[in-house]
Amino acid sequence: MSAYDAIVIGAGHNGLTNAAYLAKAGLRVLVVEKNDYVGGAAVSRELHAGWTYSNCSYVCSMMRQAIHRDLDLGRHGLLLVPYLGTVNFGDGDERLIAYHDPQASYLELKRHSRHDADAMFRFQADLTRYSNFIRKTLLRTPPEPTSFRPRDIREFLYLGRQLWAMGEREIYEYVRFFTISAADFLEDYFENDLVKAAMASPGIIGTALGVESPGSAYILLHHVMGDVDGNIGAWGLARGGMGAISKALAAAFQGFGGEIRTEAPVARILVERGRATGVVLENGDELRAGIVVSNLDARRTFTKIIDRADLPDGIYEKARNFRIRGSSGKVNIALSGLPKFTGLPANRYVDRGGQAFTGSLRTMERAYDCWKRGTWSEDPFIESVIPSAWDPTVAPPGQHWMSNFIQYCPPELASGPWTPEKRDAFGESVIAKLERYSPGFRDLIVHMEVRTPHEIENEIGLTGGNIFQGELTIDQLFFNRPFPGYAQYRMPLKNLYMCGSSTHPGGGVSSACGANAAREILKDLRRPNTVPADDFDDE
Amino acid sequence: MNATDPYAGERLLLSPFHPRQQAYNLRDAWGAWNGYKFADHYYDAEYEYFCIRNQCGTYDICPMQKYEIRGRDAAAMLNRMVTRDVSRIGIDRVAYTVWCTDEGRVIDDGTIFRLAEDRFMLNCGSPCTAWLRQSAYGFADVEVRDVSDSLAGLSLQGPTSCAVLKRMGLTGIEQAKPFEIRHFPFAGTTLRVSRTGFTGDLGYELWIAREQALELWDALYAAGADYGIQPYGEAATNMARLEAGFIMPFMDFTEAFKTVRFEHDQTPFELGLGWLVDFDMPHFSGRAALLEERRRGPAWTLARLDIEGNWPADGSIVYDSEACRKDIGYVTSAMWSPAVKANIALAMLRSEHLRGPIWVEIYKSKDLRPYRRMARASLRKGPFWAPPRARQTPPSDH
Ligand SMILES: Cc1cc2nc3c(=O)[nH]c(=O)nc-3n(C[C@H](O)[C@H](O)[C@H](O)COP(=O)(O)OP(=O)(O)OC[C@H]3O[C@@H](n4cnc5c(N)ncnc54)[C@H](O)[C@@H]3O)c2cc1C
Repeated sequence: MSAYDAIVIGAGHNGLTNAAYLAKAGLRVLVVEKNDYVGGAAVSRELHAGWTYSNCSYVCSMMRQAIHRDLDLGRHGLLLVPYLGTVNFGDGDERLIAYHDPQASYLELKRHSRHDADAMFRFQADLTRYSNFIRKTLLRTPPEPTSFRPRDIREFLYLGRQLWAMGEREIYEYVRFFTISAADFLEDYFENDLVKAAMASPGIIGTALGVESPGSAYILLHHVMGDVDGNIGAWGLARGGMGAISKALAAAFQGFGGEIRTEAPVARILVERGRATGVVLENGDELRAGIVVSNLDARRTFTKIIDRADLPDGIYEKARNFRIRGSSGKVNIALSGLPKFTGLPANRYVDRGGQAFTGSLRTMERAYDCWKRGTWSEDPFIESVIPSAWDPTVAPPGQHWMSNFIQYCPPELASGPWTPEKRDAFGESVIAKLERYSPGFRDLIVHMEVRTPHEIENEIGLTGGNIFQGELTIDQLFFNRPFPGYAQYRMPLKNLYMCGSSTHPGGGVSSACGANAAREILKDLRRPNTVPADDFDDE
Repeated sequence: MNATDPYAGERLLLSPFHPRQQAYNLRDAWGAWNGYKFADHYYDAEYEYFCIRNQCGTYDICPMQKYEIRGRDAAAMLNRMVTRDVSRIGIDRVAYTVWCTDEGRVIDDGTIFRLAEDRFMLNCGSPCTAWLRQSAYGFADVEVRDVSDSLAGLSLQGPTSCAVLKRMGLTGIEQAKPFEIRHFPFAGTTLRVSRTGFTGDLGYELWIAREQALELWDALYAAGADYGIQPYGEAATNMARLEAGFIMPFMDFTEAFKTVRFEHDQTPFELGLGWLVDFDMPHFSGRAALLEERRRGPAWTLARLDIEGNWPADGSIVYDSEACRKDIGYVTSAMWSPAVKANIALAMLRSEHLRGPIWVEIYKSKDLRPYRRMARASLRKGPFWAPPRARQTPPSDH
């Protein structure tokens, strides 16, 4: 007899979500996590006394509201807080301010281009329409295109109806959307370079693609389809940092009687006669369970913690070829005061929210060229936010921290392996760029955490440092995620499942992968479903 | 607004905080309250709501009606008027209460501050002079003074509110318990601080002579700069109070004296405020009717609803079934709660239907076309949102 009904490998937010729903159904569930903290890439740690960084992910909008509500995460301490005012910085003195008020935002756009101010209305309506469709699929299991099972056929019919309701023309638009580049997509709407660059930037975040690469249009959508309390496209902060999400999920899980073991890296999944039967920890402990769920990415699950000999033919190769190239870095900076940026009014609602050092489409594409050549750019695209201006819990009063997400940073350098010196040189390229837009920035620095894909992989096990646990291109999305034929969370070994961002609907702090996997597992175990349906609707 | 302004007679009064608040009101979003110009919001209602839940904000309570009641008979007079026993309110303590007509219908709700053995302050949303005078008949030594226009009030609410007051130099404020009053020397006068509010969160109300209002504002905003301080208006207040389960006049109840139709006003039991009625007191206005009401049970009950889906149920009618066989009540306030992540509402329901199924009919417009949905609701006990910090002493800094 197994000690546990289920073992979940990895306490990322998806692993915790999955475990919570299994425990809610009455299963005895153990989560084993290699680090001494939970959360994976949704984590907040105090590396310098008084400052709490969100070390990896830093803003939230994809979190499924239905799960937040159902697991009562508010009672477990989670509060998602919107922040105001994002500014796009051009290569020179141009600034594009996203004001909170639509009238003000319109006037601001008009200052850049009368044409683009008008076009923005159509752009927003189109994006909302696309998002409405994608959002419907997030908390649903993708159907298998080659299956004739009634549930797959039903699911295809459902999707067909949703698509059809948008109108014939939109179906073609959709197909196009998945295959074109962000730059081409935006060309249809805008003329102003900074406006285009600002709108294109979500298309490259976390992606080994450039704004000119086919496929980047979808990434753009992936980043704008979220919402904060129904405000589509808005991003919020988790009070206390992104780790508050994981902590609340862990508390909900423990509330259902679940058990978490940290500092317990899994060396190998036990497989007997084609079935997963438990795990072996690196310290040699053997733990048995009825089922095993992996929160790790697909490459890592099948090439690092399963014996190749235990796998059916072809799976190892699929995992090895799974595209999971890292492309981003993260620099977290503790500051003794609020940085001031050039070219901005002293408007407290817009001078301390989000900063996107976008430059232009050309600058972004050049930064991508550097990535391809295996080096970092001296003029990187940086997306920043100052959480401490909106969250009183993450820095001492009057002091701040700034989260900087850098696109691009290669997982492997042309000059040989990453070293601490090279990491610091990469960090310096970021400081230099910030200093350019905020003279005196350097003098405010109290502490810094520089993370290249190398650190990200080593600390939280995201292969290649890819932030999404696998690239979000059409060949790896929906019923192709992680591999064709395995999109329904069941893996090629019996009793083995996956629940991380390598599965549908992909990366981002959404809890959707973990919840979807739980629903499928409970179905196999013939337990009543505990996972709520999404409460987003736009029928 | 001088003698030559031909429209002077219909202009609104300005709060003593107006010069500062006007500068914050980027949206020119003004309404009115008791004759005063009053902000619905300043920058954005939802942002201001989050200041209350996440940082801190101030809310102008100058337009609130404030009465000082003093004299040897002050306690006895109040005891005849309100449903609670004010002799049990300690000095420098505050109590929430209601007062009723002889028929036991609620005239208004408010707070009573006990400032001394023989001195009280009564705060309420609507003017109450006439009823106070009537309640004072027959008492030899009681004086009622309307101090609404001479006493300025500013509510400071939110998790960083205590830290801000400490930074402002109010030493010891962190020791004040909920509903406690403290006094501090300020600008040559006395600043009264009560740990009270209308948000269900950690918070305080600051009271000072009108002349010192701006000095108080400036000191508070200087201290609060690093704690996210921001003025908030009616819209954000309404969100916060609904999450806390507090009732709002003219939304969740109609004041008895302003009600036209028979029993369209409410009793304390109907409003879920039976706990405020102290039958140990030998006599107070409405006692006999309320005794009868307690025996019989209230005809209506203001219920807290958790409604499925995320369509806010403003103005909805409530039914006993999805097919709308029988209407059993109506929603009085509703919102999507960002803190609880739930679709919450207060609804006045016929008490006999509380145990049965509850369905809410909701309309929502999409691209101008209305859509209808029947949503199932369940009853919630207690406030929707009640963070522990609201009760902790000393509270944390955030
Ligand atoms: C730098 C960065 C910035 C990002 N920014 C954002 C953002 O702002 N907003 C957003 O929504 N998303 C963002 N993302 C993406 C998002 O954080 C991830 O997609 C998401 O957190 C992944 O969650 P997960 O639970 O699927 O997997 P993970 O978080 O990867 O969890 C996997 C867990 O497994 C553990 N593990 C690994 N190997 C083992 C082993 N052998 N044994 C036991 N445990 C093991 C890991 O330690 C980890 O806890 C960002 C990601 C990164 C890296």
